[in-house]
Amino acid sequence: MTVQTDVGRSAIQHARWHMGEIVFWLVVLVCAFVFPSRYLIMTDIVRLALFALSLDLILGYAGIVSLGHAAFFGVGAYGAGLLALHGLITEPVIALVVAGMAAMVLGFLTSFLVIRGADLTRLMVTLGIALLLEALAERYSNITGGTDGLQGIEMQPILGLFAFDMFGKTGFFYSLIVLFLLFLLARRIVHSPFGLSLRAIRNNPLRAAAIGIPVNKRLIAIYTVAAFYAGIAGALFTQTTALASLDVFAFERSADLMLVLVIGGTGYLYGGLIGAVVFRMLQELFSTITPQYWQFWIGLVLVVIVLVGRARLHRWVLWLPNLVIAQLGGRKDAVVVPEGDA
Amino acid sequence: MTSVLTNLFDGVAYGMLLFVLACGLAVTLGLMNFVNLAHGAFAMAGGYVCAVLVNRSGWPFFAGLPLAFISAALIGALLERLLYRHLYTRSHLDQVLFSVGLVFMSVAAVDYIMGSSRVFINIPSVLEGQFDVFGVGIGRYRLMIIVICGVLTALLQLILARTRFGSRLRAAVDDPRAASGLGINVPQVFAFTFAFGCGLAGLGGALSAEILGLDPYFPLKFMIYFLIVVTVGGSSSITGPFLASLLLGIADVAGKYYVPKMGPFVIYTVMIVILIWRPNGLFGRVAAR
Repeated sequence: MTVQTDVGRSAIQHARWHMGEIVFWLVVLVCAFVFPSRYLIMTDIVRLALFALSLDLILGYAGIVSLGHAAFFGVGAYGAGLLALHGLITEPVIALVVAGMAAMVLGFLTSFLVIRGADLTRLMVTLGIALLLEALAERYSNITGGTDGLQGIEMQPILGLFAFDMFGKTGFFYSLIVLFLLFLLARRIVHSPFGLSLRAIRNNPLRAAAIGIPVNKRLIAIYTVAAFYAGIAGALFTQTTALASLDVFAFERSADLMLVLVIGGTGYLYGGLIGAVVFRMLQELFSTITPQYWQFWIGLVLVVIVLVGRARLHRWVLWLPNLVIAQLGGRKDAVVVPEGDA
Repeated sequence: MTSVLTNLFDGVAYGMLLFVLACGLAVTLGLMNFVNLAHGAFAMAGGYVCAVLVNRSGWPFFAGLPLAFISAALIGALLERLLYRHLYTRSHLDQVLFSVGLVFMSVAAVDYIMGSSRVFINIPSVLEGQFDVFGVGIGRYRLMIIVICGVLTALLQLILARTRFGSRLRAAVDDPRAASGLGINVPQVFAFTFAFGCGLAGLGGALSAEILGLDPYFPLKFMIYFLIVVTVGGSSSITGPFLASLLLGIADVAGKYYVPKMGPFVIYTVMIVILIWRPNGLFGRVAAR
C-alpha cells in the first residue's frame, strides 16, 4: 500500500507545473514580441517543434523507433493543401483538424503493421510506408502536382477574422497557439495513467504485459495520437507557407526530425521544443558558413552526439543550471536528466 | 517472349549486383545485429575511387575494380576500428542516428570533392553493346556482372561453409561469449568481416556506376534496397539474401518495364507485406536473436 501511494505521489508531483516550465513558455512569448522581423524562421521552429513533439510521444514514451514519421507530416500537408486548393474547407482551423484527422486515420491503420516485430522490422516498415506514400504522391501527380507541388494555395483568414499577412505574423501566432494547445494535451496524456503505462511498456514490454497492461492496444493508441500531431504539423506547414511538394515525404525530413529530438533529449516533452530551436540555429549557422554543404556538419553533430553518448551529453548541459539551482534553492537536481533514453 | 527473357536477364544482372552491394550488410545487420544505414556510403566510395582511377589517371577498367574493393575495405576497416566497434552494444536508435550522420557526411563530402553531377566510368569497348542468343538480347556489360557476381557468390559460400575463418565467423555470430571462450578473437573476426563486406560494397559500387548511376546521393537512394535485401532475405545463410536480391532485381526491372509508374509502389508494398507476414525474413530462421 505504501509503495502504491508513493508512486502515486511522485507521479502527481511530476505532473505539476514547475517553475521552469512557466519560465520556458514566458520566454517563448517574449521572443515572439522581441524579434518581430524573424517571424518566418520562428514559425518554422514552432512547426518543427510540434513535429518533434509528435515523435517524442512514440519514441520517448513508447520506445517505437520510426524512420518514416514524415509520412504523417506529408499526409497532413497535402490534406490541408488540397482542402484549401479545391475550396472544400476554407476555414483554416477546421481544415487543420481535418488534415490532422486524415493523418490520424493513416496512423491508426499502419499502427497494426508497426507494432508487430522488433526494432528492425519497425524501422523498415515505417520507412517503407513513407517511401510508399512518396511513390504514390509521385504517381498521382494530377492530384498532388508531382514534383512542382501544389500551387496557388490561397489561405482564408483564420476564424474569418485574422488574415495571413506577408510578414508571417498571423501565421506565427497561429502556429504558436496550436503548438501550445497540443502541448497541453500531450502533457496531460503523458502524465495520465495511460502515459505512465506507456513508460512501463518502453522500459520492459514483457513485464508490462505481465502486470496486465494491454501492450498492443496502448501502442496503437499512442501511435495514432502521434500521427495526428504529425499531421497537424504538416498542415501548419502548408497553411503558413502556402506550399506542399513531394519533399514533405522525404527521408531527410524523418532523419532530421530524429536529430532534433536527440539534440533536445527524448522522453520529457520539452526535448522536441528545445531541439527544434537548437537544430534550426545550427542549420542557420552552418548554411551561412557553407551554404551548400551544411549537411556535412549536421551529420558530424549526429555522429559526435552518439559517440559521446546522449545521456552523458545531457548531464553536461544540465550541470550548470543544476548548480545554480542547487546554490539558490538549496535543493538537489531541480532540472533532472530525462530518465532512461529509448 | 524474347523481351520477357531479356528483361529476366537484366533483372538477374541487377539482382546479382544488389547482392554484391548488400551482402556486407547481411553480415553487419543480419548477423551482428548492427543497423548500419551507411552501407551505401562504402559502395559510393569504391565507385568514386574506380571512377577517378579510370577516368582521370587512365587505368584500365579491370585494374580499377580491385582497387575499388581495396579502398572501400580499408575505409571500412578504419571506421570499424575507430567508430563502429564502440556502437555494437548500443541501442538501435543510437546506431540509426550514428549511421544516418555518416550518410549525411559522406553525401556532402563527395558533393564537395567530386561535384553533384552523375559520374560515368569509361568502360572498355569490349563490354559495350549487346549480342543476340536465339533472339534474346544479352548486354555484354550485364553478362560480365553476372559472371563476376556469380563467382563471388560461390566463393563467399565456400569461404563461409568450408574454411576455418568461415566457421569462426559463424561461431562468433551464434554465440560471441562461447566463441571467445574457445579462443576465437571475436572483435578481430568482426572487424575483418566488416571490412570485407565494405570492400564488396565498394566493388559493387564500381560495377553499378553504369547501371544504377553514381552520384553523391547514392547512399540515400539505394539504402532502402540494401535493407530490403537483408530484411527480406533473412540472416540464416547467404542464400536468403541472394534469393531476395534476385527477386528484388527481377521485380524492379519488370516493374519499371511493364508498369513504369507503379514500379516503386509495388516493391515497397511487397516488402511491407513480407515483413508483416514473416518478420524474420522469407528465408530467416524462426529463433529471434
